[in-house]
Amino acid sequence: MKLKPKEGLLWMLAAAAVSLSFSACKPKGAGSAVSGNAAQRTYIPPGQYDEFYTFTSGGFSGQMSVYGLPSGRLFRVIPVFSVDPEKAWGFSEETKPMLETSHGFVPWDDLHHIESSFTDGMPDGKWMFANSNNTPRLARIDLQTFRTAEIIEIPNTGGNHCSPFTTENSEYVIAATRFSVPPDGPGGDVPISSYKENFKGHISFVSVDKETGEFNIAFQLKTPGLNFDLSSAGKGVSNGWLFISCYNSEQAHTLQEVNASQNDKDFIMAINWKKAEEYFKAGKGVKQAVRYAHNKYDEHTHTATSQIKTEVTVLDITDFDDLAYLIPCPKSPHGADVNPTGEYIVGSGKLAALIPVFSFEKLQNAIANKEFEGERYGGVPVVKYESALHGEVQKPGLGPLHTEFDEKGNAYTSFFVSSEVVKWNVKTLEVLDRQPTYYSVGHLMVAGGNSKKPYGKYLVAYNKITKDRFLPTGPELCHSAQLFDISGDKMELLLDFPTIGEPHYAQSLPADILKDKSLKIYDINANAHPHKTNGEAEARIEREGNIVRVYMTTIRSHLTPDVIEGIRMGDEVYFHVTNIEQDWDMPHGFAIKGAKNAELLIMPGETQTIKWEPDRVGIFPFYCTDFCSALHQEMSGYVRVSPKGSNVAMTSYTGNK
Amino acid sequence: MKNQHHILSLNRAILIIGGIALLAVIALPIWRIELDAAQYPEGLELLIYSYKLEGEVDIINGLNHYIGMKTLRADDFIEFTLLPYLIGIYGLAFILVGISARRKLLNILFGAFLLFGVISMVDFWRWLYEYGHDLNPSAPIKVPGMAYQPPLIGFKQLLNFGAFSIPAIGGWIFIACGILLAYCVYAEWRMVKYRTS
Repeated sequence: MKLKPKEGLLWMLAAAAVSLSFSACKPKGAGSAVSGNAAQRTYIPPGQYDEFYTFTSGGFSGQMSVYGLPSGRLFRVIPVFSVDPEKAWGFSEETKPMLETSHGFVPWDDLHHIESSFTDGMPDGKWMFANSNNTPRLARIDLQTFRTAEIIEIPNTGGNHCSPFTTENSEYVIAATRFSVPPDGPGGDVPISSYKENFKGHISFVSVDKETGEFNIAFQLKTPGLNFDLSSAGKGVSNGWLFISCYNSEQAHTLQEVNASQNDKDFIMAINWKKAEEYFKAGKGVKQAVRYAHNKYDEHTHTATSQIKTEVTVLDITDFDDLAYLIPCPKSPHGADVNPTGEYIVGSGKLAALIPVFSFEKLQNAIANKEFEGERYGGVPVVKYESALHGEVQKPGLGPLHTEFDEKGNAYTSFFVSSEVVKWNVKTLEVLDRQPTYYSVGHLMVAGGNSKKPYGKYLVAYNKITKDRFLPTGPELCHSAQLFDISGDKMELLLDFPTIGEPHYAQSLPADILKDKSLKIYDINANAHPHKTNGEAEARIEREGNIVRVYMTTIRSHLTPDVIEGIRMGDEVYFHVTNIEQDWDMPHGFAIKGAKNAELLIMPGETQTIKWEPDRVGIFPFYCTDFCSALHQEMSGYVRVSPKGSNVAMTSYTGNK
Repeated sequence: MKNQHHILSLNRAILIIGGIALLAVIALPIWRIELDAAQYPEGLELLIYSYKLEGEVDIINGLNHYIGMKTLRADDFIEFTLLPYLIGIYGLAFILVGISARRKLLNILFGAFLLFGVISMVDFWRWLYEYGHDLNPSAPIKVPGMAYQPPLIGFKQLLNFGAFSIPAIGGWIFIACGILLAYCVYAEWRMVKYRTS
């Protein structure tokens, strides 16, 4: 058969139409997911302020970063558990004690979660709490200075993941072990395969002083060996209780990927913490010898101190019948999140095909009526699943991880495997909306979503995989945050922005709570640093043996002294630099050639110290590292280093002697 | 006739109230110099009292060292010792003239107060001139022909800083007292003229 040109053209057209319609069957990518005026809704004109501060965990960066919402602009990275040479965190003499532990100085950690301090279930803008997962610790960040004010180590704990969740009035911050381990001490030398007998979980209740914020490990609850993942304190009707997700109810000690994924249900542990507090106050606990570091930064001496503490009070939950209960929860639950009224507890089983929602009222009834399973788990009563269940969200998605809430009775759950955020109604359990994330969302955060009255409006999804979302930067890519507007019926994607480290959770606070009380300068007259230099007239150098102290001041645009002689090989030189400026945003820096630690950045009114050990004879320049003024480049000086035993006179001055 | 030498009750009241207000000026800022620059969107303020300097004096001094201006120090001003007394004396004089109600004293007070005002402003201008012109020759920033005398009143650009100089609350009270005093003198003069015509 011979095709006429016209017929041939028709066949070609038909073939093209078929192939086009096939490719049209393939779902669309991310290209069209953003609505038309998204840019307008996230645009903050130059010089104007964001609506929210968002404190974001840095995960394996060990730090906490502060962003603005809705712009996604990064304002500050607060060093917490990892050293930061830029800010001399962990390098200056003043901050070194902050990273001390019972293991000695630890320069890195994995900052997992953060939570606000609360008053009556609402962020009060005083502090942010953060936990370190690897070497178990808790930190408190001051929201006037945006600096880490305190770090406390948690004994009897192996991986402080289930932390730093706080009670309705931040009476306690919780720290619970992700990896059960034998209690601290020489008794810990046991076969790893003896997990079931010897490994224990510990849940620490760290009290917070209402005024100063100071931590104190009030007591610990000892539990059967379990992996504690996440928790939420009860609020409103459930105030006084704590809900913790537990996985590895199999008590596997190896290949947990498989062996800890066998049971259809693991648990949510419900703890009556007010009861625990009562027992503790009644002296029912047992004192155990442990070692943990407690580090505090004093804003007046501008210096941290580290103290090793040696005792903790432990209550074994199996010794009491009314302290803790287990609620079966499918399957390897991750988040255990309490809704704003405190009535509903959402368990997100990583491997479950549904989301169970428990009712606090039903749980209380079940406990009162002893609706327990026949067998206790490791001595802890197990409430019957149905007895505590409010209902299940059916077919929500794959791999639920975390749930946050808005002010209208809705919940938002992140799904890692199906890479989406799903909105559903807490009462009716009906799925209302689902939006894709790019890609594989871990944590999510609704502004105020863990408080009694969520601010709502914005949701941020923190994605574990970024791939093609930004310009590529080699094999190592940033984690991304995605901002959704949740004020309407449907969630709307507004913005992608890169983040630092791996954010696990965040807290958004309305800017108005914080911005006016943010500290501008340190009062130089309140500076009680033992090596403060009281004005340029007191700038000097002092020698005691081979220790030389340089009492230095900085003010635009000179360092005093800027000529230093009489330093000898073998000396340990401490530069105690006081920034005598009292003007807003006028830090000075200090760096000296050959320093093996870091620079200093000294805020107005502050004194900071860097140690320097000269390694050769010669002239060493030092200079201000923070461009402070038109004559910043002139803000420098010299140190003369002479051989050991030299008799060069100790001299120091600036300008004419 | 006794009444012919006495002033009206309304004017007496004005004088007594003015005198009390003048006494208050001792504790109030009299003059204000505001400085604005790109780096100081929040502005810097210098408040001049009868006996002290207030505001961001240290910060302003810190900046002034670049152009070699002398450090502003309250101790350098003899005025800060004298002014509170002088203002106090004038305040009392207002009250006493009001009580005595003698027209002749009123006219003398007016003359003296006017003189005080003029001398004060000349003195203030002299200080501004001196600070603006007496610059350290080894200052880091030297702009040929540039002086840094802030305006006596009004706005002037001094390098990157805009300087705005105006009376503060005490200064306004002072001016108001002067105007009221002038009014009293005028009202009395009108009345005498009316009676004698």
